[in-house]
Amino acid sequence: MNKFEPKIVLFLCNWCSYAGADLAGTSRLQYAPNVRIVRLMCSGRVEPYFIIEALQTGADGVLVLGCHPGECHYLEGNYRTAGRMALLKKMLRQFGIEEERVRLDWVSASEGIRFASIVNQMTEAIRDLGPFQREEVLYFPFGDGDAGAPPQRVAALPVEGATRAPIIEVTYG
Amino acid sequence: MGKLKVALYWASSCGGCDMATLAIGEKILDVAAAADIVFWPAAMDFKYLDVERMADQSIDFCLFNGAIRNTEDEHVAKMLRAKSKIMIAYGSCAYEGCIPGLANLFSMDSVLDRVYIDTPSTDNQERTYPRAKVQVPEGQLELPRLHGTVRALHQIIDVDYFVPGCPPEAKTTWLALEALLTGALPEKGSVISHSGKALCEECPLPKEGKKVKKFYRPHQIVPDPKKCLLDQGLLCYGVATRGGCGAMCPQAAMPCTGCYGPVEGVVDQGIHFLSALGSLIDSTDAEEIARIADEIVDPAGTFYRYSLPVSLLRRAKTA
Repeated sequence: MNKFEPKIVLFLCNWCSYAGADLAGTSRLQYAPNVRIVRLMCSGRVEPYFIIEALQTGADGVLVLGCHPGECHYLEGNYRTAGRMALLKKMLRQFGIEEERVRLDWVSASEGIRFASIVNQMTEAIRDLGPFQREEVLYFPFGDGDAGAPPQRVAALPVEGATRAPIIEVTYG
Repeated sequence: MGKLKVALYWASSCGGCDMATLAIGEKILDVAAAADIVFWPAAMDFKYLDVERMADQSIDFCLFNGAIRNTEDEHVAKMLRAKSKIMIAYGSCAYEGCIPGLANLFSMDSVLDRVYIDTPSTDNQERTYPRAKVQVPEGQLELPRLHGTVRALHQIIDVDYFVPGCPPEAKTTWLALEALLTGALPEKGSVISHSGKALCEECPLPKEGKKVKKFYRPHQIVPDPKKCLLDQGLLCYGVATRGGCGAMCPQAAMPCTGCYGPVEGVVDQGIHFLSALGSLIDSTDAEEIARIADEIVDPAGTFYRYSLPVSLLRRAKTA
């Protein structure tokens, strides 16, 4: 039987956790090759939108690593991430999505071993959960997609110059 | 020039949008001068057959309110699309799915159980559910069948314009009607409102941008009506909601619930608000942050009150 190899999107902050991943690499540490790394300036840049979009477009799990509390390069970016992730996890439960698919943790620039161990733990946790069943969650159980275009988010009124002859003169009260 | 032909329809909705069309006051006379109503089940006695007999493209514009929840909604939406030159998703249900769309958090079976069995005021010992077909002495009767997933109008037919609101404010309704009646139509696909920016832009309550130690529900505190409600820990949705309504709710000390949909450029309104709220929590301790976040009793229902069917996730996994 083929072993399920999960796809995990890994968001790393530039200052601590990316440096920690770099250290894991230069130290020749072995860790699971299932992660796809996205480097950002701060874990505070990780919008919950990115996480849901990652799941929607093929990831089985999303891992976010930032600086330890008190060590954020921007002072409080990681606290904001912590608040968002707590809310997001609670909401994902209501959607029937296992909260283990999303994990936030802290890795400093000197913690190459910790980095490798978190990546391995996450990979095994997602392997146990199995693939993310996106069809069931994300698409309609019947039919195949939307008929019309979604709203353009533009409010372009009033329009300069009518596009067809006016039916009445509108009076302003 | 002849009068315009206008249709109004309600699909899965509460009827509030039909009332809201009348809230434009005496301007209704301008509408009556310019347009004939050819179909409006909430107010006038027309049959679906009357519409079916009309030629395609013979209705000038159709204000369609309500989400698409059953085969009847879907049938009438497709029929009116064929008969109408311009289709407008009027109100939050047609635009984003709104309150009926919250059914997407549950399976259809559990929705039916809740409505026909479990509610405290229901006495249904025979466990009678509505059936799609039933045989009576006079013949077979049929009811529309429920879809498993509630959808917004543009997910089932091509929609020309969107009017936000639950229900749309009179001035928003008039902005749309004025454009339709004068022919000064915006680009196809426009959301018609006075503003594309967040409601906070037009809300007069002074904001201090405070972080919060505790989130409150409206019944738990008496807010200071002269201060920003979000600063006081109430879940006021103004930061993530399109303006144009005039911010009447927050001015009456009632937090915005987000009925005008996302601000311009945002795809998923709920996740946008979640992101804003998560960063407001005033703590540097992971456990305390989790506890404060946990005070929001129903995040999915709070963040996606009006927009679950058009969100990234669209529905819960209920199998």
